Amino acid sequence: MANVIKLRKGLDIHLQGKAEEKKIQLKSNGKFALVPDDFEGVTPKVVVKEGDKVKAGDALFVNKQYPEVKFASPVSGTVSAVVRGERRKVLCVKVDADSKQEFTDFGKKDVGTLSGEQVINALLEAGIFGYINQLPYAVSTNPSVQPKAIFVSALRDKPLAASFEYEVAGQEADFQTGLTALSKIAKTYLGVGIGSKLENMQNVEVNVFDGKCPAGNVGVQVNNINPVNKGEVVWTIGDPTVVLFIGRLFNTGKVNLTRTIALCGSEINSPAYVDMMVGEELSTLLSNSYDASKSVRIINGNVLTGKPTTKEGFLGGHTSEITVIPEGNDADEMLGWILPRFKQFSVNRSYFSWLCGKKEYALDARIKGGERHMIMSGEYDKVLPMDIYGEYLIKAIIAGDIDRQEALGIYEVSPEDFALAEFVDSSKLELQRIVREGLNILRKENA
Amino acid sequence: MSFLRNYLNKVKPNFEEGGKLHAFRSVFDGFETFLYVPNDTAKTGVNIHDAIDSKRIMSMVVIALMPAMLFGMYNIGYQNYLAAGTLDSASFCEIFFFGFLAVLPKILVSYIVGLGIEFAWAQWKGEEIQEGYLVSGIIIPLIIPIGCPLWMLALACAFSVIFCKEIFGGTGMNIFNPAIAARMFLFFAYPAKMTGDQIWVAQGSILGLGNDLPDGFTAATPLGQIGQGIDPSASICDMICGFIPGSIGETSLIAIAIGAVILLWTGIASWRTMLSVFVGGALLALLFQSTGSSMEWWHHFVMGGFAFGAVFMATDPVTSCRTTTGQYIYGFLIGAMAIIIRVMNAGYPEGMMLAIFFGNMFAPTIDHFVVARNISKRLKRGGTK
Repeated sequence: MANVIKLRKGLDIHLQGKAEEKKIQLKSNGKFALVPDDFEGVTPKVVVKEGDKVKAGDALFVNKQYPEVKFASPVSGTVSAVVRGERRKVLCVKVDADSKQEFTDFGKKDVGTLSGEQVINALLEAGIFGYINQLPYAVSTNPSVQPKAIFVSALRDKPLAASFEYEVAGQEADFQTGLTALSKIAKTYLGVGIGSKLENMQNVEVNVFDGKCPAGNVGVQVNNINPVNKGEVVWTIGDPTVVLFIGRLFNTGKVNLTRTIALCGSEINSPAYVDMMVGEELSTLLSNSYDASKSVRIINGNVLTGKPTTKEGFLGGHTSEITVIPEGNDADEMLGWILPRFKQFSVNRSYFSWLCGKKEYALDARIKGGERHMIMSGEYDKVLPMDIYGEYLIKAIIAGDIDRQEALGIYEVSPEDFALAEFVDSSKLELQRIVREGLNILRKENA
Repeated sequence: MSFLRNYLNKVKPNFEEGGKLHAFRSVFDGFETFLYVPNDTAKTGVNIHDAIDSKRIMSMVVIALMPAMLFGMYNIGYQNYLAAGTLDSASFCEIFFFGFLAVLPKILVSYIVGLGIEFAWAQWKGEEIQEGYLVSGIIIPLIIPIGCPLWMLALACAFSVIFCKEIFGGTGMNIFNPAIAARMFLFFAYPAKMTGDQIWVAQGSILGLGNDLPDGFTAATPLGQIGQGIDPSASICDMICGFIPGSIGETSLIAIAIGAVILLWTGIASWRTMLSVFVGGALLALLFQSTGSSMEWWHHFVMGGFAFGAVFMATDPVTSCRTTTGQYIYGFLIGAMAIIIRVMNAGYPEGMMLAIFFGNMFAPTIDHFVVARNISKRLKRGGTK
C-alpha cells in the first residue's frame, strides 16, 4: 500500500465544459511548429534551415546553454519557416509534415540493463530530454548535474484538466518503461491521486496525494516529500505524458510525441478528448468547436497556468488541455462591490459560492478588480500546501532581496504553485509573473 | 443600463492622457469602477480570477459597521433626551433623527476630507483610487465623542491619511491603523476636548429636534466613573445594549456583535485575532479581579471601546500580524495591554486605543519571529552552501 499524504490546503474550482471521456478523431492539416517558449529557461539555437528535410526525432533547435539538449521534431517533413520576433527571438520552427511519416530510429533498448548515464544520453540524442524540468528555478534541466531525486506527478487536478488515467489506459507498459528508465538516473517518486490505477508501478516510490488542487503540482509534492535545499537539484516531471514519450523511445526506438489532450471549457460545444501531436496546429481542432462570433479566450493549457493563444497557435510542449472560455471584455457587470453575483465564483463568503456546492461555473478572463498592494493576510496560505510563507516570499521577490528569498525557500517553488494564490488574491497581483521574474533573476545571479 | 455605459464610454476620452479633464482621471476611474466591474482581462498568469476584490472587501466592512453606526445615532438622541428628561414624550423617530443630524456632519467631514486627499493623491501619483479610506472614514466618526468639533475632526482625518497612510505608500503599506492614528492625534493634540465629562452627550438642539442642555451639563461614561472611583450609574443591561454615554459607535455590544458576525462570516476579519484579544483581555481582567480590583472581569468588555476595537480595529488585516501564529500573539497582546492600561493607569480610563497602537507597532516584529522560525527550520534541513 502506497504512502498516503493528506493535504488540507487547496481549492478545487469547478468549471463548466469538462471533457467527456470519449475521443474525437481529428484529421491533421499537416502544419506543425515547435515553440521554444514552451520550454522554460531554454534559449534556442536553431539547427535547421528553411527547406531542410527532417525526420521525426531530428533536432529542430538546441538549448544554447547546454547544446547537447536537443528538441526533436514531432513529425517528418520540410522545415517551412523559422519565425522570429523582436530582437530576432525565435518564436517557433515550423514544419510541414510529409504524408508518409518517417522516424529516425534510435534503436529499441532494454531499460533494465542500462545505466543512468546511458538513459540520459539516449534521451539527449532523441531530443526529448528537454521536456524534463528541474527545481530550483522551475526550468528545463541541465543534463550534467546529478539530481537528488526525480519527481513525477501523474495527478492532474487543475480545473478541467485532462485525466492522465484516461490517457495512460492501454499504455501502462510504456509508462512503466519510462519510470524504470528514470529510476536508473536517481531515486524516482511517483505522485498519484486517490484511487489511481498507477499505484502499483514498479521501481519507483509511489505516494498518494489526498487533497484539493494544487496537490497535483509536482513542486507541492516535492515540498511535502523531500524538499529542495540550497545547492540541491531535483528533476521534476509535472506533465506525466513526458514519461510516456520516454517509455515509447525505449520500447520502440522512435520519438513519438502523441498525447491525448482534453478540448474543454464552457465555450466548447462538445468537450471531449483528442489525440494530437506536440506542436500540431490548433485550427483543425478548433474549427466549428465553439461559436466564433463570440469573444473567447483560447488557452494553450488549463485556466490557471496556460497561456492565451489563437486558432493558428500550436499545441504546447507540456499542454494537456486546450481550454476555451469567454474573454469577458464585453461583460459590463454593474455594481460588483455589492450585488450578490450568483454567476461568479469566489472563495469569499460575501458571495454565495459556498452555498452552491459543486455547481459548475462559466468564468471569463476578467481580472474583476484593480491591482492593489497586498491587503488581506492569509489568502495565499489557504491554497498553498507547502511549508512556505507565500506572502513574505512574494514581498521579498518584489523587493529584490535575494538573501531573504533564499531564506524563505524560493528554490522550492515554481510559478505554477502560486497559480491558485493568484486566482484568490483580492489584491489581484500577478503572482506567477512575479515568481517567474524572481527565479530568472536568481538564476542569472547564481550562474 | 447600456445608456449609462455608452455615456461613460463617450466621456472617457476627456479623462485620458491629453483630454481636457485629465486632471480628474482618478476620480473618473473611481466612479467608473464603482458603477461597473472593470472589463480588463488577464494578460499574464491565471486566466480566471476570483470575484473578490478590495472594493467588495471594504464594502463588507462598511456594512458590518452599519449596525454600530445606526445604533450610535439612536443613542446620541437617546442620551440627549434622557439628559433633558423628555425621553418619555419623544418618539423613536425624533430620537433617531436628532442623533442622525448630530452624527451626519461628522461622517460627511470625515469622508470629504479623507477621500478628497485620497483622490488628489491618486491623481498626483497616477494611480487608481484605493478603497481603504471607505472603512477608515466611517470608523473615525464612530470612535470620537459627539462633542468633538468638526474642524478638529477634519484635521485629524487629514493627519491620518497623509502621515499614517499615504507617506507609507497607501492602503496596504501603512504601519498604523489610520483610524487609531486619527484618534491618537485628537487625544494628544486636544486632550481637553477628548476627555472629561462634557463631551459625551449632544448639547444643543438641531433643526428643532432634541433639547438644549444647560451650560456645564456633564455626563460621565461608565469607564470614566470607574476611573474616578465611583460605581457606574448605568446598569449592565444598558451597557450591553449600549444606552450609555460614550464615543458614537462604541457603546452597543449587540450592534458590534452583529458586525463581528458579518466580518467573521465573510472571513475578512481574522477570528484568531478577534478571539485572542478577548482571551488576553479576559485573562488580565481575571488576574486583576483576583488581586483586588473591584470590577468584574467581563465588565471590561461591555464598557468603553474594548469590543469595538477588538472587532473592527485590531483585525485590520494591513496593520495586524499577517502570520496565523502571529495573530494569536498580537491579539493577546492588545487585549492584555488594554486592560493593564485601564486598571493600572488612572490617567487613561480607556486603554484600547493605546493598546491597538502598540499592537500595530509590534506586529511586524511578531511576524518577524514567526517567519524566522520557518527560515531556521529550512536552514537546519541542510543543503550545501
